[in-house]
Amino acid sequence: MQIFPCPFCGPRDEREFHFAGEAGKTRPDTTGEVSPDDWATYLHMHRNEKGRTREVWVHTPCAEMFIMERNSVTMEVLGTECLRAKS
Amino acid sequence: MRRLDDKGAVIDRAKPLNFTFDGKPYQGFAGDTLASALMANGVRIVGRSFKYHRPRGFWGAWVDDPNAIMSVTLNGIELPNCLATTTYLENGMEARAVNAWPTAKHDIKGGLDLFHRFLGAGFYYKTFIWPDWHLFEPMIRKMAGLGAVTPDHLDEFHSDQIHDHCDTLIIGGGASGLTAARVAAEAGQNVVLVDDQAQPGGSSYQTGTIADTAAADWIAAQMAAIKTAGGRVLHQTTAYGVYDHGLIACVENGAFGTAPRLWRIRAGRAVLATGAIDRPLTFAGNDKPGVMSLFASAEYLVRYGVLASDNAVVLANHSMAKEAVATLTAAGMAITQIDPDTPGLKAGGWQVTNGISVSGRHHPSDVVLATSGLTPLVHLWRHAGGKLTWDDARQAFLPDGQLSNMQAIGAANGTFDLNHALDEAQAAGLGQSHPRQDTSHHLTPVWPKPGSKGRQWIDFQHDVTLKDIEVAARENYVSVEHLKRYTTLGMASDQGKTSNMAGLAAMATLKGATIPEIGTTTFRPPFVPIPLEVYHGAKTKQLYHPVKRLVLEARHRDADAALCEYGGWLRPGWYGNGAAADHIRDEAMTARTTAGILDGSPLGKIEVMGPDAEAFVNFVFYNTMTTLKPGHIRYGFLLTEGGIVYDDGVVSRIDNDRFLISCSSSHVDGVRSLLENWRQDGNNPDRIFIHDLTMQWATITVTGPKARDILNGLDLDADVSADALPHMRFIETHHQGHPLRIARVSFSGDLSFELSIPSRHAPNLWDKVTAVAGTMDAHPIGIEAMSILRAEKGYIMVGKDTDGETMPQDVGFGIPRRKKTNAFVGDRSLHTDKANVPSRKVLVGLSVPHGEPPLVTGAHVVTDGANQRSLGYVTSSYHSPFLSRAIALGMIEGAVERVGDEVTVWHDGSNRRARIVSPCFLDPNGERLHA
Repeated sequence: MQIFPCPFCGPRDEREFHFAGEAGKTRPDTTGEVSPDDWATYLHMHRNEKGRTREVWVHTPCAEMFIMERNSVTMEVLGTECLRAKS
Repeated sequence: MRRLDDKGAVIDRAKPLNFTFDGKPYQGFAGDTLASALMANGVRIVGRSFKYHRPRGFWGAWVDDPNAIMSVTLNGIELPNCLATTTYLENGMEARAVNAWPTAKHDIKGGLDLFHRFLGAGFYYKTFIWPDWHLFEPMIRKMAGLGAVTPDHLDEFHSDQIHDHCDTLIIGGGASGLTAARVAAEAGQNVVLVDDQAQPGGSSYQTGTIADTAAADWIAAQMAAIKTAGGRVLHQTTAYGVYDHGLIACVENGAFGTAPRLWRIRAGRAVLATGAIDRPLTFAGNDKPGVMSLFASAEYLVRYGVLASDNAVVLANHSMAKEAVATLTAAGMAITQIDPDTPGLKAGGWQVTNGISVSGRHHPSDVVLATSGLTPLVHLWRHAGGKLTWDDARQAFLPDGQLSNMQAIGAANGTFDLNHALDEAQAAGLGQSHPRQDTSHHLTPVWPKPGSKGRQWIDFQHDVTLKDIEVAARENYVSVEHLKRYTTLGMASDQGKTSNMAGLAAMATLKGATIPEIGTTTFRPPFVPIPLEVYHGAKTKQLYHPVKRLVLEARHRDADAALCEYGGWLRPGWYGNGAAADHIRDEAMTARTTAGILDGSPLGKIEVMGPDAEAFVNFVFYNTMTTLKPGHIRYGFLLTEGGIVYDDGVVSRIDNDRFLISCSSSHVDGVRSLLENWRQDGNNPDRIFIHDLTMQWATITVTGPKARDILNGLDLDADVSADALPHMRFIETHHQGHPLRIARVSFSGDLSFELSIPSRHAPNLWDKVTAVAGTMDAHPIGIEAMSILRAEKGYIMVGKDTDGETMPQDVGFGIPRRKKTNAFVGDRSLHTDKANVPSRKVLVGLSVPHGEPPLVTGAHVVTDGANQRSLGYVTSSYHSPFLSRAIALGMIEGAVERVGDEVTVWHDGSNRRARIVSPCFLDPNGERLHA
């Protein structure tokens, strides 16, 4: 059972969190032409890195999304930061 | 086997206890385990092996015993698969061997052993493939498994779950663990010591003296010092798993029949002092009752005062045996020592052993005490991610390197010398590392000898013999993980505690490799079997997923509502105590002829506010929302980025910067998350605010030709005439001074109003509405009647009439896909090749001839001809009381082109005919809707 540090609420049990996606993915501008490959990459291709990962998570009780860096092998949490600072 | 008067540190002879085994009465003492009490009574056969039903005696004295598995009954509570060596005796216990009938001694299936030639490794896979495995499966399933669960007492079998934390968690209360705990506690740390026995001390009782003090006194002194220094001790508590971020799961056993208690402990650091277990020797007949662990027999003597026999053959390949042999000899056991490396070693005897035959000579004895070295219990070290290293001197895998939050000490660390172990414990107590000392003991490796004669057991519980390992090697199941699964080595309830090392060693010899080259299988929690109750605790039955409750529930109960779960809410399915179908039919008729009153409170009420609200709502909805005027309502879809319909609902624009999203009752949480997701990740969250008011506002839906008359009877300060409040319009007013929102929307196809009011005022409004309605012969209706009404009109329920492939154009809403110019969620996915194929399943109605019963929901529409193929299926099907006929909706391939066609509907082997029609069976011109 992991403990994740929500940047707003502090360390909390993993059951309070949801994974929301890999960080750094941007939505293609769909008002223009988007090739099938680009769209498929956006929808389905995830890096799923072994080791250091950078992900978006949501802390469900406070509903805030944030960036978490963690090690997907050792499960060590390397740090969290608020998402809006990045947007 | 007998009890000695001057031994037995943990039993209380003043408290005799009566119990039975396989129907025969025996007596033991408080402090005994079932195993020690049976041994004291001279019982030698205590179980049967799993496959061959061979007689089994005790091998071990604690968790490492693979043999003595019993079903135990006390005070009407029966628990299957109790390990006799770890079950503390209580007065009145009735124990039975689980895999034997009628008794372990006379087991009717004992004859299976004669067929062992045909039941070797992989025999399932080789034997039961022709003509069909399923032919044999029922018989095999019946024979497989151990014990039977009687669910009767499970209602009372609740596990507490406790969360705790400490600076230092010491796992194991032997000499090392006690020392580390005392030192850590005296150094001011918050210490918890967990020990799995009722009396701590581990194997220290086998040591005559520790630090010049008698072992029992030394143990008592350590315990007293730990408690004085503020340390806590959990007895009968097993640390069974280490999980992510240092969580250590411990299970605390109480009196027999009570559910164990789970402790989830977060420790700053853990000290692993779990000790080591004896390992068997592999020789012919080594599974016979009477062949037991040397150290276990010493443990039975010192803890419980039970001498296994007056004479014994000892087979030991190391110097650590010396002390145990001396202890047993001093207690009166006559011991013959034989070199276990002698070729042709064989344990004789029919059911139980009668000694060892070797080199043409028989050494008679009642027991054979075997040991081939100690295996450190490194399970938790591996759970925590620690590495192992092979140590040649000890012939064992030892903890290797450092873990930031765990330190192994004592025998668990391979430190079998007591003085070294105490030094390690001292250092660990203070949080200091201590390099492992060289062992003073010498050990001559004696491992299984493939190719040697006789049936030699590797896994006693699952009947894996050396021959089976040879077969696996021959058939190239040489990886340890394959070896394990092919032979079931180490897959019994003891998880290979005694068998894995011998199995690995045998495979190493067969492959000409070393043991570390073969490697170990993965160590996974739990270390000992744990009842499932421990994992779920109180989170079960209703508490597993609590239903959401309506503020009007008391009103519904007073009206005899049948409350059922719909999408996580407890809602009235219908009202009345008669036959459900009759009530549902009557309610559907009432709603069409006068009016129905529905508690629609679970309908989503999510407000989206702020300067960017309009652009945001327009982006998350499939339908264009920029053109929606304040006071107007629009129906729309929320899609996933894959273009799939996630939910539908209506959007009301309260004013320019404020929208109210009314999503499906069961999707509120999901829609809120989806909106938050897009708000925070992709938009400026300071310009959009999302506020879920679903719980704060109740909604009462009034639907039917008399709906407006009912509203007019409520003394509302609002004009609800067709001109002032047409279909898809919205007004805010008051009811008795409280805010009231009236939305003219319809899920039934009739004139309908949704009245929303802050929840605490809802009972008042409900009373008023139902009172006025009653004067017009209109009544409350449940969700079942509403399901019929909406199907008559061809309105879909997302998730019922749609599936994981449905796009909005499939349910008749294709315009935004072609016309909407702004970006919206899922937009690009609506123009993929797959989204454009003409064979997509689309929503249609299905009509059967008048008088025929409804189609079965889920029935398939199939092609005609020899090779029937599914074209789609029936998603909703009802008898419509108002239309006096069966109606149905379905999702069918390319069906828009086929309206009017007759199709075959297949269900469960029979075919019916139906006609593809428009999904709207009622009021196609909207006269009732716009009334």
